[in-house]
Order: sequence, then structure tokens, then C-alpha cells
Amino acid sequence: MTSKVTINPITRLEGHGKIEVFLDDKGNVEDAYFQVVELRGFERFCIGRPAEEMPRIVPNICGVCPTPHNMASTKALDDLYGVEPTPTAKLIRQLHLNAFYVEDHYVHFFFLAAPDFVVGPDSDPALRNVVGLVNKVGIDIGGKVIDVRKKCREIIKLIAGKPCHPEGGLPGGVPRGITEEERKWIKETADYSVEFARFALEIFKQAVLDNKEYLKLVLSDAYKLNTYYMGLVDENKRVNFYEGKLRVVDPSGAEYALFDYRDYISHIGEWVEPWTYIRLTHLKKIGWNGLHDGKGTSLYRVGPLARLNVAEGMLTPLAQKEYESMYDTLGGKPSHHTLAYHWARLIEALQAAEHLQRIADDPLLTSKDIRNMDLKLKRRGIGCLEAARGTLIHHYETDERGIITKVNLIVATQHNAAPISLSVKKAAQAFIKGPEVKEGLLNMAEMAFRPYDPCLACATHALPGEMPLIVNIRDKHGDLIRSVQRD
Amino acid sequence: MAKLKLALYWAAACGGCDVAVLDINEKILDVAKLADIVFWPIALDFKYHHVEAMPDKSVDVCLFNGAIRSSEQEHIAKMLRSKSKVLVSFGSCACFGGIPALANLTTRAEIMERAYIEAPSNENPNKTLPQTKVSVPEGELTLPELYDNVLTLAQVVPVEYFVPGCPPTVDLILKVVNALATNSLPPVGATIASDKTLCDECDRKKEKKMISRIYRTHEIIPDPERCLLEQGLLCMGSATRGGCGALCVKVNIPCRGCFGPPAGVFDQGAKLVSSIASIYQTNGKQDIEKMVNELVDPAGTFYRFGMSVSMLKRRIPQKT
Repeated sequence: MTSKVTINPITRLEGHGKIEVFLDDKGNVEDAYFQVVELRGFERFCIGRPAEEMPRIVPNICGVCPTPHNMASTKALDDLYGVEPTPTAKLIRQLHLNAFYVEDHYVHFFFLAAPDFVVGPDSDPALRNVVGLVNKVGIDIGGKVIDVRKKCREIIKLIAGKPCHPEGGLPGGVPRGITEEERKWIKETADYSVEFARFALEIFKQAVLDNKEYLKLVLSDAYKLNTYYMGLVDENKRVNFYEGKLRVVDPSGAEYALFDYRDYISHIGEWVEPWTYIRLTHLKKIGWNGLHDGKGTSLYRVGPLARLNVAEGMLTPLAQKEYESMYDTLGGKPSHHTLAYHWARLIEALQAAEHLQRIADDPLLTSKDIRNMDLKLKRRGIGCLEAARGTLIHHYETDERGIITKVNLIVATQHNAAPISLSVKKAAQAFIKGPEVKEGLLNMAEMAFRPYDPCLACATHALPGEMPLIVNIRDKHGDLIRSVQRD
Repeated sequence: MAKLKLALYWAAACGGCDVAVLDINEKILDVAKLADIVFWPIALDFKYHHVEAMPDKSVDVCLFNGAIRSSEQEHIAKMLRSKSKVLVSFGSCACFGGIPALANLTTRAEIMERAYIEAPSNENPNKTLPQTKVSVPEGELTLPELYDNVLTLAQVVPVEYFVPGCPPTVDLILKVVNALATNSLPPVGATIASDKTLCDECDRKKEKKMISRIYRTHEIIPDPERCLLEQGLLCMGSATRGGCGALCVKVNIPCRGCFGPPAGVFDQGAKLVSSIASIYQTNGKQDIEKMVNELVDPAGTFYRFGMSVSMLKRRIPQKT
């Protein structure tokens, strides 16, 4: 008899998601499917819209990570109109993006990920949340996270009006400049963010690395996946969120490809399965060969750990030190340890904070030269950057008036969708034995997808501090045998 | 006063409305003092048991965001209606259809075709489309069915209040919280936002200037002090309810109407057309044609957030 375990909800980007785990008659995990259960059709309904409106429409793909969509779209407009943004416009865009990285990475880490480690993966679910975290560590982390988030979102508001739905983003520039007065408080926020970033890494070290049991968990096979990795790197092959070339490394860490993202179609294929609304990306030249890792896989991962794996180093000095220390502990590069995504995320937040400082100190930041009006419509534009959760590609084509005729979007959770299925399957195989699934073990399985930062997670976990989860165990006729539930 | 039971839920939305609730920052602690959150948006199909188990009218207030575009979303909206004393249509998607309702300009079949067959990076030799029921070796997997039409919450169930915005602003959210705390909710059916237009609350200088051309946002650098519409940019301010704080306009970007039509206005697009007509300098038919040509995407601009409640409602699918 096959039983079915449903983990729902799990994630969303273009909609909602769930995970179905099938058990065999001995109660061992046979397979797992990560399903995205909604499609909103941006790629169709954006047809007919003026291209310059796209940066205002696409943030609605995801209100949790709207900034990267707004900016990938704006970069696609630069390409569409064959225009380079002015140096000041580029600084302001990067200010916006890095401010977003700081707040987004921390909300994820502290409200979603950290409770597992600091409070304990199989502790009482009622305590395994941000309140439990505060009690355990004994300081007001919650207040500090709210504070750093608020300050960074003030920067986004200044530049783009609405943090949840950034406005503006014009080919060749930005709609609003920065004044000297504003520079002052931006600098204060940048300094505060760096200080907070170092504090966050210290907490991670104390809570996870100094705890042998947790470190063992991080390094265990249950949370390991041998895949390729993809991410943007600059000309020195350092982590860059805003620009560069896409680099892919193979599971041994050797460079597999380094390419201009405008050529993404030669490298990335999207496979359609009838059981999910999400298209499953893979390395096109290897070809789709199903959901497996290791030898022969065509799957790659994106996001914080992937970005560090594909790069030769970080953009900023303090983050570079942390990068070196991470790979020392993990036993070299690349690291296939999925739980190390959390660590990589904190190192990236430090880079983002240091980059904010650098931008805040740049004399060009307050120049009035914020728009390059030398536009020449090319009718095809591709924009790419690193969203917090991974590589994001917007590809537009237009008619001779700049009205959209075609849209193709590849979003972070797409790249990670197949690996998420595999990660959950592996963890479930390690921890779920038989239909009597204990809550703590269930959480251990859930911990396998949390590192990918399933999108809505950060939005919905601030108050209850936990991801609500229902597991239904069914026989093969779909009749419910048992239900495990926690909020 | 006993603590209120509060539910938050999301249907076809982006999650921004939920994030907006977090944007009240430290005041979220006041909400926690005032109310027990018995339900936070996240699950869809498998939260049925949880919602079903609640007695009718046991939830004091449900803030429901997102439009309705699948059978399951309709089902859960009806369920939450019966469980809640007060149902609030929260955010532009729930109130007007929002950006997801731009899908009403197309069809489900076209959306599927584009996403799974045509997209240039697809590798789909067998032209596979996602199915509502699929057999895999280990058993059966299901997906919800999508509607052709994106609906507002109030088109599916009766709603007590409307809170517009993409997303609703912190001030509005606090206004709602405060009304709950002091038991001073407005009459049923009210929209909790300004009754004025965005133009009424915009600081930009209006000089009663006529325009002879409509510009697209990438075509000009507007003066930061002057009315955007009077500079030829299509700003929806005169046809849009105020209450947002003119956030877009403050970053030199024209309004796209996310707060919906102002009090007393039935159709937002029609209202804007009348504003443009009164400001556009025309000397005969030729100029009118020129103006029409300059309006490159009237449906997608005038009803950017309001297709579901517009006179248009949707594009009539062509019979094949």
C-alpha cells in the first residue's frame, strides 16, 4: 500500500506550492513532488502593455521580492532601448537592491530559519519561533530585526515610492535622485546594517557552529545535494547581485559555463511536467533527465550558497573573510550542504551592507545626472540579476512602438523547484520512517526546503514565527489515515 | 474587552498585502495585544480542515487579500465568509481585481499556450500541459483548476468593508486596527480610505495648462514640482481615490490608480477619459485621432488595477 504525505503549504512565487511525499508499504519514503499550484499568466497578460510600464507591473509577481523583479525589468528596458544608465542612476539602483537584500535576508534568517537552530530542530513547536529565539538568546533580536528592516525599507521608499510594489525604473535611469541631506541618513543606515550583519554572523557561530550536534546536521547526507550551481559574477568572478556574467560550476566546482545572460536560451531549458504549474529549469546542453542529483544530473541550484559556490570571492572585505571561514568549516568548495544556504545568506547580507556603505560614500550618489535619454528601440531586451533567492531573468520583445509582444520570465524558485523536491525527498527518507510521523521529524524534513527561502515564508512568519504545516497521511485510495498538524 | 479573533488570508495575490501588514513594524505588537491571530494567510487547499473546524461567525474580523481565480479560492472565500463576522476586502486585488485581473484581457487557454508551449526556453517536445489530475508511479497528484475570469472578493461573497491599495498603506492599516480597537467601524459597505481624489491630496502645482501631446514615462524628464498630467504624462490621480500619500507621484512617476475609483465614480477609465478630454487641446478630428494614437494601451492603463470592476470586465474570447 502506498501512503501519501502532504506538506502544505510550502512556497510560492508564481503562486502557491505544496509537497507530496509518497510512502511505500513499509512506510519508507518512495518519492516526493514539489508542486506549484497556481499560475497567474504574467507572460501572457503583459502582451499589449507598453514596455516602460513593465517595471510597475512585474513587482506583483511577488510582493515579498518585488525589488528584484522591478530591477530585472528595468535592466531589460535598458537593453531594449540600447542604453546604459548614468553612473549615478546605477548607484541608486544598487542602493535600492542592496537595501532590499539586507532586509529580506534578515527577515528570512531570524524569523524563519534561526528558530530551528537556536531553539532546536525538534523542540516544542510552540517555542520554536522568534519569541523562543529571543528567550533563548536573551536579547531583543526581534526588535533589532524590525529596526534594520524598517530603516532599509525607508531607503526603498525614498527611491521607489512603495517598498511592496516599487515604482519607477526607467530605461537609462531612475526617476528620482538623492540629496545630500538624504545621503546622511542613508549612511547611518548602512553603518547600522554592517554592525547588525556582524552581530548576526556572531549569533550564527554561537548557535550553530559551536554546537557539535547542529554542525553534524549541517554536514549530514540528509541535507546534501550534488548539483551544478548558477549565479552572476563580476569580471573578477566575485559575487555580484546587480550585474555580470552568469557562471555555472559543476558538482566538483569546476567552471562548466560562463556566459552573457542575453544568451540564456542556449544554456537554460525549461521542462514541463503535467503535475506542476512551474516550469522546471535544467542545463539545456546536458538535457532534461529527471529529478536526480549526482552523476549525470542536469539540475543546478541558485540562491545564496549557489552564488558563493560559483564565485571566487566576495565583493567586499569583511564578507570575504567570512566567505573563507565558511568554506574552511564546510570542507572546501563547492559546498553541497543545503543548510549552508543559511550561512551564505548571512555572508551575503554583510556584503550588501558593506556595499551600501560604499555607495553612501560615493560622491556621485547625489549627482543630478540620473537619466540617459539616448534611447534607441531595439525591440528585444533581456535583463538579469540576482534576486535574493537566485537568478532572475526577464526577456521582452516589442513591436516598433515599444509595445510588448512577447515575455519570458525565469524566476529563482523555478531553478530551485526540482532541487527542492529532491532535498525534501532525501531529508524525508532520512527522518520519516513509517506512517507515525513525529512532529519534530516532520520539521527536520521541512528544514530541507527552508534554506531555499520559499518565498512567502518571510512574509508570513513574523507573527506566529513558524510555518503552518499539515501532513495528511493517506492510503492509496486517498482516504485519510492520520493527520499531523501544527501552526 | 475580550481579545478579537483575527484572520488574514490571501487568494490570487503577490503576498505584498501580507508584507504590508508587517510594515506597521513595531505597532504589530499593539495588534498582538488587541487580537489573537487565529489564521494567517498561507495555505489554500489543505487548510480546509482547519477552517472547517471553526464554528460559524467565530472569527471577528477577516482581512482577505487577493482576487478569486480558481475554484478553490472561491470555495475558501465562501468558507471564510461564513466563519467571519466581518469580512474585509483588503487590497486592490480583492477590491478591484488588481494586476492579476489583467488576465481578463486574455484567456486561460492563451495563458497556458504561452507559458508551456511557446516560451522560447521551453523544452516541451510532447506539448505537455499541467493537468488537474495526474497519475505518477506512486499515486495521484492534483492541481486546482484555473478560471478564465479573475473576480473580486465581493463578486463572490458579501463583504462588509473595502480597504484599497497596492498594497494598503501603513496609515490605512492602522486606521482599520484603530477602528477595531475602539469598536468604531464605519457603516457596512464603506471604503476605508479618503473620499477625495488623489489630485486633491497631491502637492504638485496645477496651472490649468492644456496639453497638446501625451508622453510615455520614458520620453520626458518631468518637472518635479508641476502636475504630471499638465506635463503630458498620463497620471490617473483625478480618477483615483486618495489616501495613499501620493507615493508614486513623489518619485516623479504618474499614478496608475491602485486605490480604485473615488467615491461616487462608477468607472475609473471613463472618469480619466473625461479628465484627458478636458485638458487635451483639440482643433478638430485630426487632433482627436492624434490623441487616441498617443494613448497606446488604454485598457491596460485605465484599468491597471480595476479590470474586474470596470465596465469592460474582460475581453470577450473569440470563438474559434
